[in-house]
Amino acid sequence: MKASYTMGAVAGLAIYAASGMAVPALAQDTIKVGILHSLSGTMAISETTLKDVMLMLVEEQNKKGGVLGKKLEAVVVDPASNWPLFAEKARELLTKDKVAAVFGCWTSVSRKSVLPVFEELNGLLFYPVQYEGEESSRNVFYTGAAPNQQAIPAVDYLAEKEKVQRWVLAGTDYVYPRTTNKILEAYLKSKGVKSEDILINYTPFGHADWQSIVADIKKFGSAGKKTAVVSTINGDANVPFYKELGNQGIKATDIPVVAFSVGEEELAGIDTKPLIGHLAAWNYFQSVSTPENEDFIKKWQAFTKNPKRVTNDPMEAHVIGFNMWVKAVEKAGTTAPDAVIDSIIGVSVPNLSGGYSAMMPNHHITKPVLIGEVQDNGQFDIVSKTPGLVVGDEWSDYLPDSKDLISDWRAPMSCGNFNVKTGKCGGKGT
Amino acid sequence: MRCTIRRLLIAAALLIAALPPLAAYAADLPALVRGLGVSNYDELDKAIAKLAETGDPAVAPVLEALQAGDLNLRKSDGAVVVAKRAGSGWDLFDPLTGAALGPAERSAVERIRINNALRRSLGAALGALTLMSPDPAVRRSAAEAVFKSRDPAGIEILDRAIAKETDAGIRTAMQRARAAAVLNTDAPEAEKLAAIEIIAARGDRDGLGLLNTVVNATAPDAVKAAAREAIGAIEHRLALWAAAQNLWYGLSLGSVLLLAAIGLAVTFGVMGVINMAHGEMVMIGAYSTFMVQEMFRAYAPGLFDLSILVALPVAFVVAGGIGIIIERGIIRWLYGRPLETLLATWGLSLMLQQAVRSLFGPSNREVGAPSWMSGAFELGGLTITYGRLWIVVFAFAVFAALLVALRRTSFGLQIRAVTQNRRMASAMGIRTPQVDALTFGLGSGIAGLAGVALSQIDNVSPNLGQGYIIDSFMVVVFGGVGNLWGTLVGALTLGTINKFLEPYAGAVLGKILVLIFIILFIQRRPRGLFALRGRAVEA
Repeated sequence: MKASYTMGAVAGLAIYAASGMAVPALAQDTIKVGILHSLSGTMAISETTLKDVMLMLVEEQNKKGGVLGKKLEAVVVDPASNWPLFAEKARELLTKDKVAAVFGCWTSVSRKSVLPVFEELNGLLFYPVQYEGEESSRNVFYTGAAPNQQAIPAVDYLAEKEKVQRWVLAGTDYVYPRTTNKILEAYLKSKGVKSEDILINYTPFGHADWQSIVADIKKFGSAGKKTAVVSTINGDANVPFYKELGNQGIKATDIPVVAFSVGEEELAGIDTKPLIGHLAAWNYFQSVSTPENEDFIKKWQAFTKNPKRVTNDPMEAHVIGFNMWVKAVEKAGTTAPDAVIDSIIGVSVPNLSGGYSAMMPNHHITKPVLIGEVQDNGQFDIVSKTPGLVVGDEWSDYLPDSKDLISDWRAPMSCGNFNVKTGKCGGKGT
Repeated sequence: MRCTIRRLLIAAALLIAALPPLAAYAADLPALVRGLGVSNYDELDKAIAKLAETGDPAVAPVLEALQAGDLNLRKSDGAVVVAKRAGSGWDLFDPLTGAALGPAERSAVERIRINNALRRSLGAALGALTLMSPDPAVRRSAAEAVFKSRDPAGIEILDRAIAKETDAGIRTAMQRARAAAVLNTDAPEAEKLAAIEIIAARGDRDGLGLLNTVVNATAPDAVKAAAREAIGAIEHRLALWAAAQNLWYGLSLGSVLLLAAIGLAVTFGVMGVINMAHGEMVMIGAYSTFMVQEMFRAYAPGLFDLSILVALPVAFVVAGGIGIIIERGIIRWLYGRPLETLLATWGLSLMLQQAVRSLFGPSNREVGAPSWMSGAFELGGLTITYGRLWIVVFAFAVFAALLVALRRTSFGLQIRAVTQNRRMASAMGIRTPQVDALTFGLGSGIAGLAGVALSQIDNVSPNLGQGYIIDSFMVVVFGGVGNLWGTLVGALTLGTINKFLEPYAGAVLGKILVLIFIILFIQRRPRGLFALRGRAVEA
């Protein structure tokens, strides 16, 4: 028993050391900002970076004099990739630390887990990751892409430029891929694609043996029509998937794969030479050549003391979200959630791809959609960019359940799921 | 005399008449190459087409440079140049002549970008241009490129190339490419029917895809009927191969399971330690591979292909060493207390994961594949990747080596003696604590070896081991605790069942079904496939 106590202590130390948090809490009057990202467990691979970028943004803002004349103070907690723990930690941030806003979550299930906490305690959450839509909360600001800001433009690009007629929708078996694929299937069918030209395939989390599925894709692709794979495969499963594609010789010129969860960070673990030309759709790529982005990359690499550190889309979403919050607080003159919720709508800040992103009444933001092709150096070449900005559409127009719903958090409507058919707030479907 | 002079004059006039176009032809190339310096993909496509139309072999290196992403636009004068990395800047070359144009700053040039559509155009253009190449490998890939592009303009060149070709294999490839191109023209019916026959003989997925395009397009009924018949024949053939393919995938998955489980067969099967940190030993093996490869990248990039071989002993020693430390530090205090061993090793696995995360960062590390482990080859209708093939070979080699070590060496004899009757072994002068430590080290070291192999197909991240721990326990329990042969048969059975279920049930349901199967099996035979009998069971 003694042994396990010691071990617990050591484990605690290890986790503490890993999180690398040494927040100076000396200023007596500060505004606290909560950072709710997993620093251990399976999601640490993606979320640790976001914690770092938030610390950098807070530091930058403090150099500029803070907000409302007060310094910002980052409060970092580790929900350890454990969904119920997300809710506990969110409660802790809001009640114990009394943070003014929380930046956090990655997976949809973690967002769903904290949602009731934020609504109950009237907190603010900035959620930076592309997601499946079908949600709009008064207390959450969705700075990542909704399906119409990522998935649908990507499919349009393939249909138009690559003349794709047959579609493989491959995803990990959980809510984001399932909903996105449902929307895409409805969208493709509305464009006249027959159901025998759509193959939907789900795999478990962390799937490592892709031999049969890649062979299936090859088989599906030999029907004499141009075929593409739309991948919502998440996290760890991507590396073995792309390795198998490369080994079985599926080239982007034959069957291109467009991914929604693969960015610069994910490619860092693979030799990308066999993958040249495979695609990803995001609202930001590190290779965007604007002065804003070059400046951001320079600061980021200096902050992390790693000249090779890459940037990615959810990081940009946090940059946008953080700047919007700062602007809204300054506009409202207070950090009180109700005032910020009112003042943030319509706030627009520069994004890193050379334009301005604005917070819309549905708590989603406007973004450009970029399509990139994988290069041999693990970066993306941008091959397509929407001419204007796309407004995030929270309730998809392609699902029968949600096509009549809209969201508008301005008074007097102030509703997240207003049904335009019945003229009532609340309730899905007609 | 006069006649001769007149003839000479005529000849001279003809020559002069013939010369200017020739000269203009050659002079045109640099202008056409300059035309590649556009940023619009559609215009670039047209520029490539113009270059390819010249049919001049001198164009090939330019297009190859563009394909490789080496072609750049010099910002100062808009010249199209080849840029090769040299230190922090570039060395520039003329794309046509290859003449050196001196060094340049990093920002002085801008790469000419290409997309997938252009990559296809380039492949087709290069295919037609390199059909006459002296290098057989280039000719073969050129024929494959024309097969894919189905460019009717290639037929003429192919006819000449086929006439000249001496290698039978390449000639067949060229004939198939020609047939593919013919099917893309409005050639007479008889010619198309012959072409379909040639494609049907190819009998693989690419041929199937092509024939399906013929059926989908407008064609005479006879041609469509022939194509349908050929499709039927190919599909029948491929269906037969599909069974063999599933078997191979099953063997391949089975060998991965075997590798992951075989170390556990020693620590759990032979010693009876429920070692939840087994997966982390695999992970440590993978990270050792990464470290070794980093060394090779830094000090001996030329010998990179050998890095995996060097990584094997390193991973074995590192993982084995850590295993011995764990046994001496923690597990030896917990013998005979399975629940506490389980909890302690589980905590240990979390600590090891977090330690690796702190040391190496949470993101994946890149472990490269040596050239002899990349790519695939065709065996009848099967596509077998070299990486998987080597892993199968390696898994069986490790299994055989372990079997020999346990059966034929004195150390193996001691291990068996200690596990079968500890007191008696001790009375015979065997230092049982030392044997325990070494056995645990052996099991961990083998897990490290598995990590080297798995680094080739999976993520090298702190979570690597978690994905294998459940599977490993499943294999060992299913095969029969304490029996190495059981582990072998168990791993291969589970792998094959999984792969035969997957096409019908999908990956998610397939996994669930395998789990249910094991639960039912363990209900029937609690001791697994090959149950140990005798006193060891009771001990």
